[in-house]
Amino acid sequence: MEEAGIATVVIGSAWDIVTHCGVPRYLHNDLPLGNPLGKPYDSASQRGSVIAALEMVVDAEEPVATQSDLKWQQDGDESWKENYMRITEADLANLKKAGEDNRAQRLAAKKAGMTRGQT
Amino acid sequence: MPSEPIKYIDRTRAFYAAQDFRPYNYAHHDSTPFHRLRKPLAECRVAIVLTAVTNGDIPKNLRGAESHAIADVPEKFRTDELSWDKVTTHTDDRQSFFPLEVLQSLESERMIGSLAPRYHFVPTEYSQRNTRENDAPALVDACIEDEVDIALLIPL
Repeated sequence: MEEAGIATVVIGSAWDIVTHCGVPRYLHNDLPLGNPLGKPYDSASQRGSVIAALEMVVDAEEPVATQSDLKWQQDGDESWKENYMRITEADLANLKKAGEDNRAQRLAAKKAGMTRGQT
Repeated sequence: MPSEPIKYIDRTRAFYAAQDFRPYNYAHHDSTPFHRLRKPLAECRVAIVLTAVTNGDIPKNLRGAESHAIADVPEKFRTDELSWDKVTTHTDDRQSFFPLEVLQSLESERMIGSLAPRYHFVPTEYSQRNTRENDAPALVDACIEDEVDIALLIPL
């Protein structure tokens, strides 16, 4: 995109993945995956994210990654961060089974030609 | 850093290890192309690129990049098959990941030149080669055709 003369900016919520990848401009909102622009129905925050991202495009002279001050809980409670992909002892057998099912499904899809063909 | 972001790479590694999958090698680049904006924001055309699904009829394994007319934006995108925090939040508010109304408003306020006539879907792909060799070039072609200056990339 950049080489074609199109300036890009990522607005997302996975700091480590995006900065590991390396992108021209990244605005990080520290929110649960699913609402990268702001909390549901928080139109002021959503608008603020878009404007902040556009300002990055205007201002940045080199690759940049920055974190906004948006919070999921105003009181600073970050217990939601424990939820995503949490593994408990009770989950282990189910996860192992899910892995086996997933591999079987992928193999069947490959055999049926139902893939894009590259990994 | 005002707050400590979740370490998704570590967390997904543990999650998939519990399913006996090999660790995923996340994309990594030592340098990135960088295009400096050459005209005022008020003259720029802006496009939205997202990972939420418009066309759920195409099987996930076969889905590639798609471009759709802004006039055809669905009221609800399909997000169920994507990885996001389904315990903590929901995706019922389209504007929390697809800023159509915000960009329309910025266009009418003349902060941006225009909203591009099409938005673009790029699949969340295991295969980085598919992203690099198929989806990205298709996205670039569509954006050039639409004379896009700025692309907002908004992964769910």
